[in-house]
Amino acid sequence: MATAAAHRTTAEAQAAEAERTAAHEAAFDAAVAADERIEPRDWMPDAYRASLVRQMAQHAHSEIIGMQPEANWITRAPSLRRKAILMAKVQDEAGHGLYLYSAAETLGTGREELLDKLHSGRQKYSSIFNYPTLTWADVGAIGWLVDGAAITNQVPLCRCSYGPYARAMVRICKEESFHQRQGYELLLHLSNGTPEQHAMAQDAVDRWWWPSLMMFGPPDDESAHSAQSMTWKIKRHSNDELRQRFVDIAVPQAEALGLTLPDPDLRWNEVRGHYDFGAIDWDEFWDVLKGNGPCNEQRISQRRTAHEEGAWVREAASAYAAKHGKAAA
Amino acid sequence: MTHSDWPLWEVFVRSRRGLSHTHAGSLHAPDAEMALRNARDLYTRRSEGVSLWVVPSTAITASSPDEKDPFFEPAADKPYRHPTFYEIPEGVRHL
Repeated sequence: MATAAAHRTTAEAQAAEAERTAAHEAAFDAAVAADERIEPRDWMPDAYRASLVRQMAQHAHSEIIGMQPEANWITRAPSLRRKAILMAKVQDEAGHGLYLYSAAETLGTGREELLDKLHSGRQKYSSIFNYPTLTWADVGAIGWLVDGAAITNQVPLCRCSYGPYARAMVRICKEESFHQRQGYELLLHLSNGTPEQHAMAQDAVDRWWWPSLMMFGPPDDESAHSAQSMTWKIKRHSNDELRQRFVDIAVPQAEALGLTLPDPDLRWNEVRGHYDFGAIDWDEFWDVLKGNGPCNEQRISQRRTAHEEGAWVREAASAYAAKHGKAAA
Repeated sequence: MTHSDWPLWEVFVRSRRGLSHTHAGSLHAPDAEMALRNARDLYTRRSEGVSLWVVPSTAITASSPDEKDPFFEPAADKPYRHPTFYEIPEGVRHL
């Protein structure tokens, strides 16, 4: 008898729980449908949380890893002005990483866990940073094309359904505009400089153009997470839509630079009202993503080394806080 | 205390005198002094602030999102607290 009663109680509890979950789900769906923001302590589906953590972590890691290819040129910047600009930009990338890690932590994933997953390769960063910066002009090409592509991707994220992510993106987008303009100006100076400087700018654009187009991710029909992310209003536009938007913006910008884009199929399509462009080498994309890009190993090992070599600073700060009894409870 | 134990601090920025401090985000730091310095570097790189507060996140007590409807309910049925509730004849001024 007692067992039967216990069973009934369990069944009742389960039914009540299911009812609560259904009510939560309905409230969540309604909030997303009404374009309201989901905030950290709101109920959300586990898959929504997991999807956000994956995307935000990858985004944060990209900012942090993205410091490396550019920092590569700080000591060799051609003038004090360019050096100060580049240092400010690299510092911004660190800041963007921190905004995003903070936002990701609101979902209950700790900072240390996120860093561990980056260092062990269990979470990814944007493949674009696995390409090397071979010349000074690459700093310009990254600012113009890589940051330009990032802005195209990120502006719609300012309206993402998850509040902390959207707020972080507002800050980031404001700051990215400086990144893109300094890169464009840098290339413009080179393009209008000596023939050697012009050639260096053209070479950088030739190497960065296709990887920049790949930054928008695989075509819509091969993108694993796109459809669900759009339903949840984490993403607002498809990969292909954003890629087209970027191409349409970049073509006239290249013309104003006096540089060409390395695509013989690039031409205005009167009917579509967009630029047509050539086929992207997706084999290269998947290959770099799998770890076979020119710099994958270097980026991660440098990141690990920086973390390990910074350990004594973190320990000293902790020891100081403990000694002076100022650590927060 | 390792890095992973560093507490989380909420950062509030006063953008200029005359305005309140507004929540800007959060960061980790071993103590309040470092939290302030990190907050300066992280949230005011472009002169966004003239004053900063850092508060341990654990010190904040928040209302529950699950109870938001009943919790704020007492205000919902009192439209007479708003000036637009009252009908005033046309032409009456300064009211």
